[in-house]
Amino acid sequence: MILVPCPNCGPRNSSDLRNAGEVVPRPDAATASLSEWRSYLYLRDNPAGWVTETWYCRSGCRTYFTIERNTATNEVRGLERT
Amino acid sequence: MSRHGYRYSAGKLLKHGLTRGDWPRMWSRPERRDSYDVVIVGGGLHGLATAYYLAKNHGITNVAVVDKGYLGGGGSGRNTAIVRSNYLTPEGVAFYDRSLQLYNTMASDLNLNVMLSRRGHLTLAHTDSALRTMTWRAEVNKLLDIDSSVIDPEEVKRLTPSLDVSSDTRYPILGALYHPPGGIVRHDAVVWGYARAADHLGVHLLQDTEVLDISCSGGDGPDGKGPGGRVTGVRTSRGDISAPVVVNCTAGWASLISNMAGVPLAITTHPLQAAVTEPCKVFLPTVVVSGSLHVYVSQTDRGELVFGASVDPIGTYRVNGTLEFTEELAGHVLELMPGISKMRLMRQWSGLCDMTPDYSPIMGFTAVDGYLVDVGWGTYGFKAGPVAGETMAETIATGRTADLIASFGIERFTEGNLVGEKGAAAVGH
Repeated sequence: MILVPCPNCGPRNSSDLRNAGEVVPRPDAATASLSEWRSYLYLRDNPAGWVTETWYCRSGCRTYFTIERNTATNEVRGLERT
Repeated sequence: MSRHGYRYSAGKLLKHGLTRGDWPRMWSRPERRDSYDVVIVGGGLHGLATAYYLAKNHGITNVAVVDKGYLGGGGSGRNTAIVRSNYLTPEGVAFYDRSLQLYNTMASDLNLNVMLSRRGHLTLAHTDSALRTMTWRAEVNKLLDIDSSVIDPEEVKRLTPSLDVSSDTRYPILGALYHPPGGIVRHDAVVWGYARAADHLGVHLLQDTEVLDISCSGGDGPDGKGPGGRVTGVRTSRGDISAPVVVNCTAGWASLISNMAGVPLAITTHPLQAAVTEPCKVFLPTVVVSGSLHVYVSQTDRGELVFGASVDPIGTYRVNGTLEFTEELAGHVLELMPGISKMRLMRQWSGLCDMTPDYSPIMGFTAVDGYLVDVGWGTYGFKAGPVAGETMAETIATGRTADLIASFGIERFTEGNLVGEKGAAAVGH
């Protein structure tokens, strides 16, 4: 079990939320080349360590927010509303 | 029969029983050389099969397989050992069917009993849309000469009497995709067979040797890594090895190894949990899969029921089990087979799955010369092991991407040319 700190609902079991994956900077759709856009869509760092990722409070307040999680230990830190 | 004769005959068993002598080691522990023609990272089924086919089909024997742990300790020893070829896309069907052919002759090719049991594979349909997709799959399969058909609930009941096919369940069984050649194999034996055969052909199996970095030159990125560069070798926990060709055959750590060469992958790593019950009398004659209920189950020759599920929804490298999984699994299995409610779960484990956006592997050459990948095997790597080894060996030896894996190239993500295998590969083991 991972306790995810939702900014509104407080610490919740991860099964109450949806993990939307690591944060990838979104290129400007008007100027990005096709390969830049597809890299944004598909390529991931996928590190074994600290990663900044987005969560969706699916069964609570329905907020999207980012936290930092260590993918090797599932330790969680940081809190930021998006 | 190999040149070493029958190692495990009744006569040998009697002799060892009487003399209590040691059985010969299955493979040697060679001294590491400073350079090899090919270094394969990852001593699981894919790495060992690639090494074996390089040596056997192409005469390339100056090959090292390096693994940070022991052979077959990752996904090769954690999967649920199901083989089948009833995929949805023609590319997928042709590829996995070649693997089934290799599994079929493996026991004699490698002179080791891999306990292949082609007992039939049922993919249950609980909704009209699932039934429709299965009909589609069956027609694609038939066109490619694969034994595969949609059957009704009565036929499902006849093949597997322990399934509840009544209409008053929460997810009634409306039919199934029946694939008679599908079945199970003993996964450890497959790894040992390839390891022993590769070792006999001169391949060096270097266990307990962790790859710390991949050395490159001439690339766009830092230290000469990245597109446009070429591989010069690997740095390991037991010293440097130079090699013109480095193949990434890892699962779970594929992104980490690939980043060492400056080649990012379209992969997120998720654990997949599995469990096994206490042994009981054999009652389940087929492999049963339910995509809607996220479960697949088969009974081993020892009588244990082996359950698997879909990957965990959160990407992580941590492989501990969760109570959510056990609860959900038990609920879903009892929905299908109410009769086993008194059976106890004995063990639960998980393995790492490298998931790609299109549920297909990433294979072949990359933008770094000499660095090849055989990764992104998600939840379907075991059944593809033999053909992945064969096609990767062909690709390395000829310098040309093998036809069977042409659609699995890494460039498909930047070209926007993804494979449409999601429907058949997501939970359909």
